[in-house]
Amino acid sequence: MDFFINLPPHMLRIPIALLLVITLVFVNALIMVYLERKIAGHMQYRPGPMEVGWHGILQTAIDAVKLMSKQLIIPDDAHRKLFRIAPLLAFVPAVLPFAVMPFSPELQAVDINIGLIFILAMAALNVMAVFAAGWASNNKYGLLGAMRSVSQNIAYEIPILLSLLAVGMVVNSFKLSEIVSYQENIWFVLLQPLAFLIYFVSSVAETNRAPFDLPEAESELTAGFHTEYSGMGFALFFLGEYTEMFVVSSIATAVFLGGWHGFTLPFFEYSSIVWFLVKTYLLMFLMIWFRWTFPRVRFDQLLNFSWKYLIPFSLVNLLITAVVVKL
Amino acid sequence: MNAYFRDLFEGIKSLLVGMTVTIKAYFSPVVTVQYPREKNYITPNYRGHLLLIKDEKSGLPKCVACGICERSCPSGCIKVQSEKKEGEKKKTLTGYNLDFTKCSLCGICVESCSFGAIEYSNEYNLAGLTREEFHYDLLKVLKET
Repeated sequence: MDFFINLPPHMLRIPIALLLVITLVFVNALIMVYLERKIAGHMQYRPGPMEVGWHGILQTAIDAVKLMSKQLIIPDDAHRKLFRIAPLLAFVPAVLPFAVMPFSPELQAVDINIGLIFILAMAALNVMAVFAAGWASNNKYGLLGAMRSVSQNIAYEIPILLSLLAVGMVVNSFKLSEIVSYQENIWFVLLQPLAFLIYFVSSVAETNRAPFDLPEAESELTAGFHTEYSGMGFALFFLGEYTEMFVVSSIATAVFLGGWHGFTLPFFEYSSIVWFLVKTYLLMFLMIWFRWTFPRVRFDQLLNFSWKYLIPFSLVNLLITAVVVKL
Repeated sequence: MNAYFRDLFEGIKSLLVGMTVTIKAYFSPVVTVQYPREKNYITPNYRGHLLLIKDEKSGLPKCVACGICERSCPSGCIKVQSEKKEGEKKKTLTGYNLDFTKCSLCGICVESCSFGAIEYSNEYNLAGLTREEFHYDLLKVLKET
């Protein structure tokens, strides 16, 4: 016991935060899968899962148990080591950004100077996992999906960086807590509406979600890069995808929608996480709404949209921001 | 250059139209019927397999065993069995076999019956493991109901 008391407080802070983050990741995935299926159902005049528990509320828990108990099949000609590592590679970078996420003034594990850049770097690692998975499966659909994913992410990372850079220039910092406190009076979505739009559209593409879900495109590539994965390997990709959704939505919340700012609640330092989560889940609802409305884009349309529209517009936005900041 | 911006604005407009369609669907009532617990209304016109009609007064089948249905059936799935008991003027029905696996529900049997003795049932829950389960003896079915 003495050992723990003698530790400096931030040493204890990180393991506790890690524990909470892992819990959040799993609970978020459970909630999101359920919500996704329910919302998809209601958008098609059907009720969604109804059988397990009240209105099917336990359906995802049951599915998780099923996935865990299934056998992990490795194809004969696959690259065995890479094949096993790839799901972990998809999952871990998706979890790490939570370490610097400013949920509320006090609920932030570490507040590093380059918080925003750290998150973007981790988000970019996800591509490598997808590529490793597709290549290691030794499957043509897997490889096609992986190749699509790489070119898609190269095309869409640029508008994300450029649109966030505009905000970075206004605040003059990449520290997330500073970016959020800057928005006490006016949110960035009002100062930088174009940057917000560009960021949000590109982040949907970055998470490989419909209408930009070409890497997994069920109807063309069976399941794309995770065709050969079963059981927990598949589940980790799935978990990674929903966590990634949460990450990009919470960046949008922190950077554009004022983060924890809202009506003041008692115990403000901690309880303002409520506002953060409300905004994040609204954005995720928007992403689900996109998925069940829009058909998948063709590959040339996808790249055209990025290179012809998003990147020029974000460059112009950056230029105008730079001029205004300088004045 | 004009086409560039026209594409952009028309694209955004069509995306917004699509999103209003789905959000309207989201808030409209669900049309699914939870089948084993809830059931849809079946119209009286529904054509299920054949059934014999009971004569309300005597409690016996209305069928006089003339066999017109058997002869009119294009698939040959009806077999009417009857015998003439001693001391009675009319034939009595001893068995009415329907091979439902062959029946195409054309309804010629019901139309050709001059005595109004057969009708369609409303039964749609039809599933079985062997084909013999669909060889009905309608007389037995009538007695059971």
